[in-house]
Amino acid sequence: MSWGSFSEFFAMGGYGLYVWGSYGVALLLMVGEPLLARHRFRKALSQVGQSVEQDY
Amino acid sequence: MSRSIRLFTFAAPSRFYWLTGKLLPWLWATAALFAVAGLYMGFFVAPTDATQGDAYRIIFIHVPAAWMSMVLYLAMAGWAVFGWAANARLASMVARALAPTGAMFTFLALWTGALWGKPTWGAWWVWDARLTSELILLFLYLGYMALVESIDDVRRADHAGALLALIGAINVPVIYFSVRWWNTLHQGATISMTAAPKMAATMLNAMLLMTIAFWAYSFAVVFLRTRAIVLERERQAQWVLDIGLRAKGG
Repeated sequence: MSWGSFSEFFAMGGYGLYVWGSYGVALLLMVGEPLLARHRFRKALSQVGQSVEQDY
Repeated sequence: MSRSIRLFTFAAPSRFYWLTGKLLPWLWATAALFAVAGLYMGFFVAPTDATQGDAYRIIFIHVPAAWMSMVLYLAMAGWAVFGWAANARLASMVARALAPTGAMFTFLALWTGALWGKPTWGAWWVWDARLTSELILLFLYLGYMALVESIDDVRRADHAGALLALIGAINVPVIYFSVRWWNTLHQGATISMTAAPKMAATMLNAMLLMTIAFWAYSFAVVFLRTRAIVLERERQAQWVLDIGLRAKGG
């Protein structure tokens, strides 16, 4: 392992801003997108349920 | 004959809906597992690069994201055109579901590229062939999404989208070969089928693990979005009404 301490890991050899700026945005997008898709799916499912109520 | 029937079984939205419902948890698990393995390898096993220091660790998301941005575009264009030519509804729905994920990875490739370019080239952005063609890819995704959402007639929107996606597909080989065709600041292909890898094995393995994670992620989120689109579009179909009844506990 190449890191002596947590602060060394966080600093990324002086490139912390660039490395964590990349990974942070990647995490945000790749958590956010599935949540949005799940929201759309649940909304569609509940609308199917509503149309059933109207029909029967 | 029986074989062709089996092949097209999952082209029925109802079958697709059922199958992807079963697959989704496994795809999410695969994505999470490989991402954890890839990040561990990328941050704790792969050594610091001799010339770029630790800034190079951006590669573990930058290259897989850039690959996915191109692969997903070709998949989107392929399904859109197939849905148009074969009048296959599900294919058109899959094409629409692919677009936001492709756009997200394109943005991520540009974003991580900017954050990598600053410390290594001294610039967030340059109007270089690779970067410019990747930016055009982002506009193609956004244009496709805007176009299909702006036309009310769903099938006509699908067809218009297919035409746009098909024409835009020319851009993908341009992105891929841009580093060879033009003199660019961007480095050449990371992985070559004909040459030995230029990077350390641990670096390469971390990148490949992340690539598998991104593939599984893409399948999962695209399937989830396709399921939503299927429910939105097939609201009148009996099997969708049955799902509604079951959801009501009726």
